[in-house]
Amino acid sequence: MINLETPRKFRAFVDQAHKVADNFLRTNSRKYDRAEHTYPKELDMLASLVDGMSASGQGQGAGAAGVRRGDIEDDAPSAKGVGGVKNGANMSSLLSIIEMCWGDVGLLLTMPRQGLGNSAIASVATDEQLERYKGTWAAMAITEPSTGSDSGAITTTATKDGDHYVLNGEKIFVTSGDRADSVVVWATLDKSLGRAAIKSFLVTKDTPGIRVERLEHKLGIRASDTAVIVLDNCRVHESNLLGSADVDPKEGFAGAMATFDNTRPLVAGMAIGCARASLELIRELFEEAGVEIDYDKPAQAQSYAAATFIAMEADWEAALLLTLEAAWLADNRKPNSMEASMAKAKAGRVGNDITLRCVELASTLGYSEHSFLEKWSRDSKILDIFEGTQQIQQLIVARRLLNLSSAELR
Amino acid sequence: MANRKDPMGIGLQVLNRIASMPAIDRLGLRRTTEKAVYHGTKSGFQTVGAVNRTFKQVRSSGKPTRLARTKDSGVFDLSPTEDQQMIVEVITDFANEVLRPGAEAAEASNDTPKEVLAQTCEFGLTLLNIPDALGGLSEDRSAVTGVLVAEALAAGDMGQAVACLAPAAVATALSLWGSAEQQETYLPAFASEDIPTAALTIAEPRVLFDPFVLETTATKTADGYTLNGLKSAVVRGAEAELFIVGANLEGNGPALFIIESNTKGITIESDPSMGLRAAGLSRLVLKDVKVPAIALLGEGSADDYRECVRLSRLAWASLALGTGRAVLDYVSEYVKGRTAFGEPIANRQSVAFMVANIAIELEGMRLVTYKAASRAEQGLDFSREVALARRLASEYGMKIGTDGVQLLGGHGFVKEHPVERWYRDLRAVGVMEGTLLV
Repeated sequence: MINLETPRKFRAFVDQAHKVADNFLRTNSRKYDRAEHTYPKELDMLASLVDGMSASGQGQGAGAAGVRRGDIEDDAPSAKGVGGVKNGANMSSLLSIIEMCWGDVGLLLTMPRQGLGNSAIASVATDEQLERYKGTWAAMAITEPSTGSDSGAITTTATKDGDHYVLNGEKIFVTSGDRADSVVVWATLDKSLGRAAIKSFLVTKDTPGIRVERLEHKLGIRASDTAVIVLDNCRVHESNLLGSADVDPKEGFAGAMATFDNTRPLVAGMAIGCARASLELIRELFEEAGVEIDYDKPAQAQSYAAATFIAMEADWEAALLLTLEAAWLADNRKPNSMEASMAKAKAGRVGNDITLRCVELASTLGYSEHSFLEKWSRDSKILDIFEGTQQIQQLIVARRLLNLSSAELR
Repeated sequence: MANRKDPMGIGLQVLNRIASMPAIDRLGLRRTTEKAVYHGTKSGFQTVGAVNRTFKQVRSSGKPTRLARTKDSGVFDLSPTEDQQMIVEVITDFANEVLRPGAEAAEASNDTPKEVLAQTCEFGLTLLNIPDALGGLSEDRSAVTGVLVAEALAAGDMGQAVACLAPAAVATALSLWGSAEQQETYLPAFASEDIPTAALTIAEPRVLFDPFVLETTATKTADGYTLNGLKSAVVRGAEAELFIVGANLEGNGPALFIIESNTKGITIESDPSMGLRAAGLSRLVLKDVKVPAIALLGEGSADDYRECVRLSRLAWASLALGTGRAVLDYVSEYVKGRTAFGEPIANRQSVAFMVANIAIELEGMRLVTYKAASRAEQGLDFSREVALARRLASEYGMKIGTDGVQLLGGHGFVKEHPVERWYRDLRAVGVMEGTLLV
């Protein structure tokens, strides 16, 4: 039965996440926007709380942790509908992230032990690895100075030497690269074998040969550290290779890329949470200023401000539902690659448009640090870039839709 | 008819109705019948209302029959019920085999063929929101089914879809807001073999029209009301036997009135518009039209009227979903087949990204429309969701229409391809008020 309301079983948990976002994230939002690179110590307590909730099965993914598809069956809490339709961990993680990013995107991104590398581990690690890496805070290192979206072209090498791999290369844009205690590094076993030879390795930060070169100064999400990491003859044991060591041209990149089907909706959720913050604030400011918003009156017969608000809210709602759809498909083990990219494309651009438009609507009040509007409009930009840019998402959607290969539609 | 008690069996009933029709009837519809050109091509052609039916007034003191709310399942779910899947499947076949091939001819004749209208009556479209007890098919309110049906029909042709759905809007209005007396007087005809042509009209032809500020007036008299004004977006007005008309009831605000077409003072003017020509759009001129007290639909409450406006916007958004889908499917094929500079134009990002964006926006507006409908049938406030669905359907529906033409280039501008018709039809979505309900 078609129903697009928040699942009943998640409603209390969403309220709880909202309170956490308000008290821990929103409260410290401006402080760490100003003090870039300062460790937000307030999060340590919150992270313990999240760990406790996860361990007791009370709250799914208050952070950016990935979802292991095979585990969905056992995930609590889940809700089952007619015909076995499930609302599971993908959806609860998403709902949680939306609330958290309503609080602060940068702080969510730097939540201890909830790194993107943790998502990769959850998605592709063996059971043994999962056990071994329990409790680690793993960053993700894919991008290099000359390869951004083209992650198949990475040049960091992993050379087999006995029962070890030796890693060499430079990684940039590593979120939590400084604060995390391990990094999932993408490297190629043999450049001539193309994408199939790209593997990911878990490298703990105490391994000789890995170092943080510098931290970036950014437009937004300043609470989250973004590192340049250098791998200089860094030796890791072969058991640190995540997933299979085989170079299978058929499987190829698909395995690595499959992670994105689960993580893209989460990044879309970040944009949705951030944009909702702006929408709520501009609505409050409108109310103070006497602007009335009437959902029944035709938009063209209302004030420009009211009509713009309804237009923004409509785009926001479309982004939200596209993202929920992608998570719902994943929870029900249906292919969601195209929907995940649709969600990311729509949420990414809408999140950016809305937050920027809200600054415009609030004039110099919106532009100044007296309100959060200017901050959210800076934070939102990255959400249309990382985890696949707007253009990459469109490329994926178009290829699927038109049934074109990457050789045909480049 | 339809004295079934199991509300889960609607899809089966629809299937059964179709299966019982002689196959030759179905096939016959594929051939477009030669049709005399309808007088509606001439703008402003005037006629009095159709006079072929009188409704026998039933006196009743009972309570009106209302559809129950759908229960909240508590689970986020995008799968239609089995019933809904069956109905959509049947309607989709009909849209592909009958509406789409007949769209050009229907447009040229400014009307929808009688056979097509008869066929949709056979499907039971008017029965979907008539309660079981009154000869309809439902016990529960199903706005979602209404949305799915409208979407599936419009994927064939929006103009004919509007013509097919217009009588159902009147039946739905009577079901949702009519008194026992009104329901018993009018609804049996909509559950009969011979379904009346009927039209709901709220729109008035003027700039920045607001359905809550009507210029058409209803003045209370000793034994009823007198109506004056001009209404637009009246579907197949010259053929209509029954109207439900929005008018400002003095001292009360906007309300709906039931007016039989043979009432004195009614004039129908054909109103050919940029698209939806198969719907035979007309204006309804009301000049000192006197109606009895029973003509005021329900209690004339502001809430009922508001709900009517919202449900009609939902219906129009649903049509945009269907026509948008038609555009997406058509251009997807076209850009892969059309070559330029030595390869299919689909291989170019500027082209492929336009198609991707059509798909993204279409899916977004589809989900928001479904959410509004599901809230409506669950009895939740759906004002916000309707406003958002309407905004998306209007904005991106039109964007899809214009991009559809653009992707075909000059070929999109000529009638050799249907995209120019879809362009004209899709402009209607943000403009229309009333006319249809889900």
